[in-house]
Amino acid sequence: MTKRTLKAALWSAAAAGALLASPAAADEIGACLITKTDTNPFFVKMREGATEAAASMGINLQTFAGRIDGDVETQIAAVETCIASGASGILITPSDSRALTPVITQAREAGLLVIALDTPFEPADVADATFATDNFQAGVLIGQWAAAQLGDEAANARIALLDLNASEISVDYLRDGGFLQGFGIDIMDPTDIGDETDPRIVGHDVTNGNEDGGRTAMENLLQIDPSINVVYTINEPAAAGAYEALRSMGRQDDVLIVSVDGGCPGVANVRDGVIGATSMQFPLLMASLGIEAIHAFATDGTRPSNSDGLDFYNTGVQLITDQPVDGIESITSEEGLGRCWG
Amino acid sequence: MTSATRQTPEGYEAALGGADTKVAQFEAPRRTPLGHVQHFLHSNPTMVPVIVLVLSLIVFGALAGGRFFSAFNLSLILQQVSIIGILAAAQSLIILTAGIDLSVAAIMALMSVLAGKLAVESGVPAPMAILMIFGMGAGAGLLNGFLVTKIKLPPFIVTLGTWNIFYALTLWFSGAQSMRSQDIDAAAPMLKWFGNGFQIGGANITYGSVLMVVVFGVLWYMLNKTAWGRHVYAVGDDKDAAELAGIRTDRTLISVYALAGLVCALAAWAAIGRVGSISPTSFYEGNLHSITAVVVGGISLFGGRGSILGALFGALIVGVFNSGLRLVQVDVLWQLFAIGWLVIIAVAIDQWIRKVSA
Repeated sequence: MTKRTLKAALWSAAAAGALLASPAAADEIGACLITKTDTNPFFVKMREGATEAAASMGINLQTFAGRIDGDVETQIAAVETCIASGASGILITPSDSRALTPVITQAREAGLLVIALDTPFEPADVADATFATDNFQAGVLIGQWAAAQLGDEAANARIALLDLNASEISVDYLRDGGFLQGFGIDIMDPTDIGDETDPRIVGHDVTNGNEDGGRTAMENLLQIDPSINVVYTINEPAAAGAYEALRSMGRQDDVLIVSVDGGCPGVANVRDGVIGATSMQFPLLMASLGIEAIHAFATDGTRPSNSDGLDFYNTGVQLITDQPVDGIESITSEEGLGRCWG
Repeated sequence: MTSATRQTPEGYEAALGGADTKVAQFEAPRRTPLGHVQHFLHSNPTMVPVIVLVLSLIVFGALAGGRFFSAFNLSLILQQVSIIGILAAAQSLIILTAGIDLSVAAIMALMSVLAGKLAVESGVPAPMAILMIFGMGAGAGLLNGFLVTKIKLPPFIVTLGTWNIFYALTLWFSGAQSMRSQDIDAAAPMLKWFGNGFQIGGANITYGSVLMVVVFGVLWYMLNKTAWGRHVYAVGDDKDAAELAGIRTDRTLISVYALAGLVCALAAWAAIGRVGSISPTSFYEGNLHSITAVVVGGISLFGGRGSILGALFGALIVGVFNSGLRLVQVDVLWQLFAIGWLVIIAVAIDQWIRKVSA
């Protein structure tokens, strides 16, 4: 390709881009959804929710995604494109809770409503609102369930905690701390993982949130104390890995595994007895509520408000288990499979 | 002129009588004890990781006691390092040619996802699916080798690119979701065969652990006892000299990349057994962990030097560190810290050994 044809090609590509990004018609409400990636099923669900809600309300939705988790540049460019397109609001799962602050402020100054989905900004009020899972509550539910399953034996439980990684990010300490509090253990500093002194805790290890990490971490903790009978896991892939480790040692039937997420393979694992209970979150709902909020803002200027006592709007968690206990509302895995990540 | 002053040929010779009669030689300085060590390690490069492995076993044995030294725990370490170990074998092949392969773990992840797609979801008989991923794994390696030799791109750039490409395909084929252990059991249990094993005196040896040792044994034989193996070392040491000596260097390099791809496919099969599920996100940093094992194992990043068995010991050292530090309940960030130092010290020792004088 000669330099000239290359240049011509670039110009025409730029022109096509400009046409596509031209401001929406004045009578049409525009909205943007910007996710961390477009491959993770969690974000795929989010896009489904936003697309359906936008279609039913006649909103013109543009979707963007970073290439990988942590891809800040692409997200910044997406916000800028969105401002230029004249949209009324942005739904975003920030890849970096702090780095996007300037461009988000710019969007709000331009009159757009910005709602963080799933991952809050730091501080949270950088955005107009945050629609997210109450991760602490998600932990509390599985902690209470595990304690109720054990009954009086909860006093002698041997607990292993399989966390995310060494960075101890908020979702990691919130779920871990919630579980321990729900189980009835004093969590000391809620933002610190592993500072508890309760003798029932055998130990913490990290999994990177995948099966291989879950298996290795479970093996390591079983080496420290083979009598472990309660296992908390940061997410369902880590739980599946932990189960494999227990199965290789013939312990799969006398250990309770609890988890958080509500992805379809995870709910199927509840059905098959791999996971005792899991707290399901609702990415699809986060996005559809977000679209509704943008619609309300564009029509009469109403801004969404936070849930009582929280600095975000709680989109809810649902305990999924086939062994329900009194006093904790739950649904079965069969019901759960119909709405995984709904 | 008097005869007394006349110089005869004998006279010239006689003048030499006063000269030093020794043949020219280099002064060999007396070796210090440290020099002896350096010399010994230079002739036996695999001894460094072996010594480190033995020392770390002793130290963690003393710190963590019987829990660490039980036959079961040692066999567990073997299981835990088996996948990274097999990837390190593939990585060693490339590094011996003075290359580097950032795509090993991505080839493995892609092949395990494809094995699941074929055998679990599409009903292809499991043995057929496994043969197919062997072929595709070798093909992926072949692509790397072709880009390195024919398009003449640096291995780092080629495999940086294919790492991303293979990872993207992995996410695409899997929908970024794991295939569950129970579904594999129902449709194609053979994919999980390497997770099975046998017991010897409390140790639980999986076929995956055995596979790792066998892979290293076979590659060691190929590298040391066949003409192909000597060509690999020659190409890694000095490609131009190898070419002048009549070695078809491009053909050798391509065969090395293809073989590495095949070994990654083997690792993919073993990983399904180890992990239980088919997981697109497991071993995401396996490429870096494999390079760590190779470097800690004393294989020179400059190519042509080091024994592939070093990578096996390197993988075991990392496994022993991780297990030992966990058993004494050290916070996980100190594991990263320790492995980081291990890498730097290993390369520093390699550099020091290279400076040895005959």
